[in-house]
Amino acid sequence: MKEKNKLYWRKNLNYLIVLLSIWFVVSFGFGILFVDQLNLIEFYGFKLGFWFAQQGSIYTFVILIFIYIYLMNKLDKDFKS
Amino acid sequence: MTLQLSIWIIIGLTFALYIGIAIWSKTNSTSEFYIAGKGVNPIANGMATAADWMSAASFISMAGIISFVGYDGSVYLMGWTGGYVLLALLLAPYLRKFGKFTVPDFIGDRYYSNTARTVAIFCALVVSFTYIAGQMRGVGIVFSRYLEVDINNGVFIGMGIVLFYAILGGMKGITYTQVAQYCVLIFAFMVPAIFISIQMTGNPIPQLGFGSETQDGAYLLDKLNGLHKELGFSEYTSGEKSKIDVFFITAALMIGTAGLPHVIVRFFTVRKVSDARKSAGWALLFIAILYTTAPAIAVFARTNLIETVSEKNYSEMPSWFKKWEETELLKFNDKNNDGIIQYLGDEKLNELTIDKDIMVMANPEIAQLPNWVIALLAAGALAAALSTAAGLLLVISSSISHDLIKKIISPKLVRRKILKEDISEKGELIAARISAFFAVLLAGYFGINPPDFVAATVALAFGLAAASFFPAIVLGIFYKRMNKEGAISGMIIGITSMLFYMLKFKFGWFGGGDQINWFFGVSPEGFGTIAMMLNFAVSILVSNFTKEPPNEIKKLVENLRTPDE
Repeated sequence: MKEKNKLYWRKNLNYLIVLLSIWFVVSFGFGILFVDQLNLIEFYGFKLGFWFAQQGSIYTFVILIFIYIYLMNKLDKDFKS
Repeated sequence: MTLQLSIWIIIGLTFALYIGIAIWSKTNSTSEFYIAGKGVNPIANGMATAADWMSAASFISMAGIISFVGYDGSVYLMGWTGGYVLLALLLAPYLRKFGKFTVPDFIGDRYYSNTARTVAIFCALVVSFTYIAGQMRGVGIVFSRYLEVDINNGVFIGMGIVLFYAILGGMKGITYTQVAQYCVLIFAFMVPAIFISIQMTGNPIPQLGFGSETQDGAYLLDKLNGLHKELGFSEYTSGEKSKIDVFFITAALMIGTAGLPHVIVRFFTVRKVSDARKSAGWALLFIAILYTTAPAIAVFARTNLIETVSEKNYSEMPSWFKKWEETELLKFNDKNNDGIIQYLGDEKLNELTIDKDIMVMANPEIAQLPNWVIALLAAGALAAALSTAAGLLLVISSSISHDLIKKIISPKLVRRKILKEDISEKGELIAARISAFFAVLLAGYFGINPPDFVAATVALAFGLAAASFFPAIVLGIFYKRMNKEGAISGMIIGITSMLFYMLKFKFGWFGGGDQINWFFGVSPEGFGTIAMMLNFAVSILVSNFTKEPPNEIKKLVENLRTPDE
C-alpha cells in the first residue's frame, strides 16, 4: 500500500512539473521575456507576443487545468482498481 | 422607456432574484454556513468562484486601464488568471482533502500551533478588509452614477442587501446568489462587447474582432498603433514598463490570487477532491470569458474614443461627452483656445483628460446602443461588486467565529474553567452571524469614508497574500519536513518585508524613496514576489535548524498525498 501511494505521488509530481513548465513558458516566456522577438511575427492582425500576453496565455491556462483534471481522474481510477 | 426607469427595473429584478435565492437557501448548521455543507456542484462552484473573484475593479476598471496602457495591462490579464493554474495544481485538491472550514484551520492544524493560526487569522482579516472596503465603495459609485442616488445611500442599499443574504444563507446562500450574479455580470459584459465588435469589424466574436480588419481595410491594431504614433502616445502593442517589473508584478498577482482566502475557501464547498480540481477548471473558464473580452473592449473603446474626439470641434461633441463632463470624469481644457479638442501624448499640449472607469461605462453610449444595454451594465457592475463583497464577508465572519472564538478563545476559557464546555454549534452559528453583521457595518463605514490608501492597498492585499499564505500552504503540502518554527518565521518575514517596502515607497515612511531606489527596479506592486521568495527561503532554512514536526503531522501530510476515498 505504501509503495503504491508513493508511486501515485511521484506520478502526480511529474504531471505538475510538466504542466507548470508549460504554464511558465507561455506566460512569462512568450508573454513577457521574449515578447519583442515574437512581436516580429504577425498573424491575422495580431503581433504574436502581444497576442500571447493578452489572449494566448489565458487560453493555455484553461487548457492546462482541464488536462490536469483528465490526468488526475485517470490516475485516481488506476490506483483504485 | 426612459433610461432611469429601465435601470430601476433591471436592478430591481436582479435584487429580487438575489433575495429569493437567499430565502430558499437558509442555513441551519455551521457546515452549511461556512462551506455550504460540501454539497456544491463543481460547475455551479466554478461560476460562484468566478463571480466571487471578479470584483467591481475587474468589471468596471480593468478594460479601461488596459485601454490606456496597452501591452502593460497584460500584467492584470495574465496575473489574475494564471493564479488559477497554481490553485488547481498546487492548492485546491489538497486543501479539500484536508477537509476543514477555513485557511487558518489548515495553517493551525498543519503547523500544530495556535501562534501560526493567529498569524493566519491576522493575514486573512487584513487582506479581506482592504478588499471589501473597495467593493462597498464600488456599489455606492454605481448607484450614484446611474440612479442619481447619493453615494452614501448607495452604500447603505448595498450593505442591506449583502447583509440579508449573507447572514441568512451563509456560504450556501452566497454560493447560489453568486451563480446568479455571474450570469448577470457576464451577460452584461458581453452584450455591448459583441455589438461593438460587429459595428467596428463585422466580427461578432470580440476576441477575434480586435485582430480583424476595419471597414477601411487596415487591421484594427495597426490602425490604433498608427493613431497612437500620430498623437504622440507610446505604441499600444508594446509597453513602457521595464521587463523585470512586468515579470514581477505578474508573478505577484498570480501568486496572490492563489493565496487569497476568499478564493481558496470556495474549494472547500464541493463534495470530493476531484470536484475541487474541476471547480478550478470551470472557474477559470468562466473568468476567461470576461478576461479575454476585456482587452478587445479596450482596443475598441480606445479607437472609438480617439476617432470621436481627436481634432474635432468641441461644440459638436455628442451628448455622452457632456454627460461625463458633468461627473468630472472627463475634462476638457482648451489650452490654445481654438475650440478644437487636441488629445495628445504630450502633457503640455494635451487638452483632454479621461478617467479610466469611463471606458467600460460609457462604451454603450459611445457606440449608441439602446437604453436596456446601459441598464444591464449597471446591474452587472453591481453584481460584480456585491458577489465579491459577500465572499469576503464570509471569510471575515468565519475567521472570527470559527478560527478565533471556536478554536482559540473558547478552549482557553474551558481550560481556565471560566466556561463549562466548548461553544456549541448553535452558539458558533450565532457568533458567525453577529460577526458578519459587524463586518458589514465596518465595510460600509470604509465605503462611506474611504481612506486614501484603499486604492494603494489593493495591491498590498495581493502582495500580502503572496508573501504570507502561499508559501505556508505549499510547503505544508509538498515539504514534509516543514515545521511550525519555519512556517511562523517565514510568514512573519514575508509580511513585514512586504509591508516595509509598500510603506517606504507608497507612503514615504522610513525615509521614502523614488523609482531609482527600487530594489532591482521592482515596483511595490511587484515586490510581493520577492517577499514570497524570502518567505520560502526563511521557512526552509529555519525548519532545517529546528525540531522535526511530530509523527502525526507527517502522517497527516502523507494522507493529503493519497488518492481520495
